[in-house]
Amino acid sequence: MAVLVDKNTKVICQGFTGAQGTFHSEQAIAYGTRMVGGVTPGKGGTTHLDLPVFDTVADAVAKVGADASVIYVPAPYAADSILEALDAEVPLIVCITEGIPVLDMVKVKRALGGSRSRLIGPNCPGVITPEECKIGIMPGHIHKRGKIGIISRSGTLTYEAVAQTTAVGLGQTTCIGIGGDPVNGTNFVECLEMLIADPETQGIVMIGEIGGDAEVKGAEFIKASKTRKPVVGFIAGRTAPPGRRMGHAGAVISGGHDTAEFKVDFMRSVGIKVADSPAALGEEMLAAMKG
Amino acid sequence: MNIHEYQAKALLAKYAVPVLKGGVAYTKDEAMDVARKLGGPISVVKAQIHAGGRGKGRFKDDPNGKGGVRVARSIEEVGQHAAAMLGHDLVTKQTGPAGRTVKRLYVEDGCDIKRELYLSMLVDRSIGRIAIIASTEGGMDIETVARERPEKIVEQPIDPVTGFQAFQGRKIGFALGLTAKQVGSFVTLLGSLYKAFTELDASLIEVNPLVVTGVGEVIALDAKMTFDDNGLFRHKDVEELRDIDEEDPAETEAERYALNYVKLDGQIGCMVNGAGLAMATMDIIKLYGAAPANFLDVGGGATKERVTAAFKIILKDPNVEGILVNIFGGIMRCDVIAEGVVAAAREVNLHVPLVVRLEGTNVELGKKILKESGLKITSAENLADAAEKIVKAVKEEG
Repeated sequence: MAVLVDKNTKVICQGFTGAQGTFHSEQAIAYGTRMVGGVTPGKGGTTHLDLPVFDTVADAVAKVGADASVIYVPAPYAADSILEALDAEVPLIVCITEGIPVLDMVKVKRALGGSRSRLIGPNCPGVITPEECKIGIMPGHIHKRGKIGIISRSGTLTYEAVAQTTAVGLGQTTCIGIGGDPVNGTNFVECLEMLIADPETQGIVMIGEIGGDAEVKGAEFIKASKTRKPVVGFIAGRTAPPGRRMGHAGAVISGGHDTAEFKVDFMRSVGIKVADSPAALGEEMLAAMKG
Repeated sequence: MNIHEYQAKALLAKYAVPVLKGGVAYTKDEAMDVARKLGGPISVVKAQIHAGGRGKGRFKDDPNGKGGVRVARSIEEVGQHAAAMLGHDLVTKQTGPAGRTVKRLYVEDGCDIKRELYLSMLVDRSIGRIAIIASTEGGMDIETVARERPEKIVEQPIDPVTGFQAFQGRKIGFALGLTAKQVGSFVTLLGSLYKAFTELDASLIEVNPLVVTGVGEVIALDAKMTFDDNGLFRHKDVEELRDIDEEDPAETEAERYALNYVKLDGQIGCMVNGAGLAMATMDIIKLYGAAPANFLDVGGGATKERVTAAFKIILKDPNVEGILVNIFGGIMRCDVIAEGVVAAAREVNLHVPLVVRLEGTNVELGKKILKESGLKITSAENLADAAEKIVKAVKEEG
């Protein structure tokens, strides 16, 4: 089952013929993702990586159909690309691009409301259902199909959780990078809702960081859902000083309720097993599954 | 990116936000000149640093003296205040104990204050919209008000499609207890602020206090503006307002190499790819009993050039007693990263213990390159092993 994407998901790529789009589309095809084409304005009618290129997302959807679109367009133009995919009613839009102006995302967020599309990201590694569909920049080989759903605000820290759950033999159902920006398309709550409802997912790892209240809302949702699936958490940035932006645009402590301490305590209060060490995610999950 | 109060006021004045007359001064004489031109009976001398709490702050060499905002009743007094501030270190609750050296002053007209209010505009990330925050408790730190008297705070989110509407301004204005006439000026002011915010890609505009004068005018007495770094490419004129003197030189240097560096107080330097993993690496160092000297995200391409630049920046910090490199390469090849690390360590003549944790394609080959380099490099199997090894190495060296 898994969630969001599987082997039947038809994927197009926006920014297809650029360096990033080319490299990661090659990787996706090699992984077995059902890539069906791409979009680069002005290059419609040509082929790239043996796939058709279209001038617009609407053209691509009309000609080859698309269940998902992955965006590797540079930051100044990325919001426009998301809105184009949304206008073409692509059900799943995955935006990898980092550095989109936050006010562009405020507009995108407004447009997403009431649309037929879901946005994952931006500033994220993407979505993967191991051994079926890889959309994004994550290294495919560290994943193994299994039981755990992973949701994370960070890229390489997600890989850490993936490698650890693979190493302890649990494997993953779907891993979702929701991104490190302050305004994003999909948050912990929606991902938790999907993973809790997914029969194949038997445990969930949620990885957050300082800044914002997305983890707290996610924890409230877990409490209200009364799920019996074990949830393991981690919050990065316990040693981060307040007021300083730690790499991600969204990783900054601006009040008392967005510190790592507050989030960890809150998550623990609803029964989430929050690991103190980022190296203990796999073991914590294994112990929680046995318990 | 932050700018100074006088710069924020100049920008806001272009959008017709009411501010008082004033001018910037870099010397005592300039400050007196500005005051002379203003010609008023009262002027206010304000230290320009990128930190709040200036009024209540104190100068390091005069802890019992006045703060960073001083009222002067004569040109001579302006000169005395300017001399007491310029070149001196102002410590506020936002600067840390070292304080900031005052290099610029803003000399402004005085005004007859009847009421002090709080007003700000920011991106409320929990709703994904711009929001106006206002309070009757002007001049106070808004976090304190939020904690102690949350009922005193009004929040109004703005729909990006319709933009700011007059009724939203009236709602806030009447809630603040303004008179009908004052509400009219307040609504106009909010419209101007919203226009400035959206057109300039601001991430915060804070007016604390917003004052009502004796004759009922509504004026921005202070102004703080922060801009979205990701939006600066659209605003070269705003980017020019950047004051490098207000930033950590190592952080400015790191930016030239597209490295994300934040200096901290510990002894273990960190070089990591990815912001989340970089924070997690800092956290695990703490968990194993030491403290991180910095946050450093080398980003996706950990090439020799970038790693060398990163080593140089980390080693400029005299507190660094060891370095932990943690690269989850993923798609990147570990042998290429290892070659980069070895070449960089040679070039900078590395003299402190170095522990390297590599994960990704060709990881064994990567470790072999590290081992055969002849340098004092320790390979780690995983993140926990890496933290344990670097903490141990630093404690043994010390």
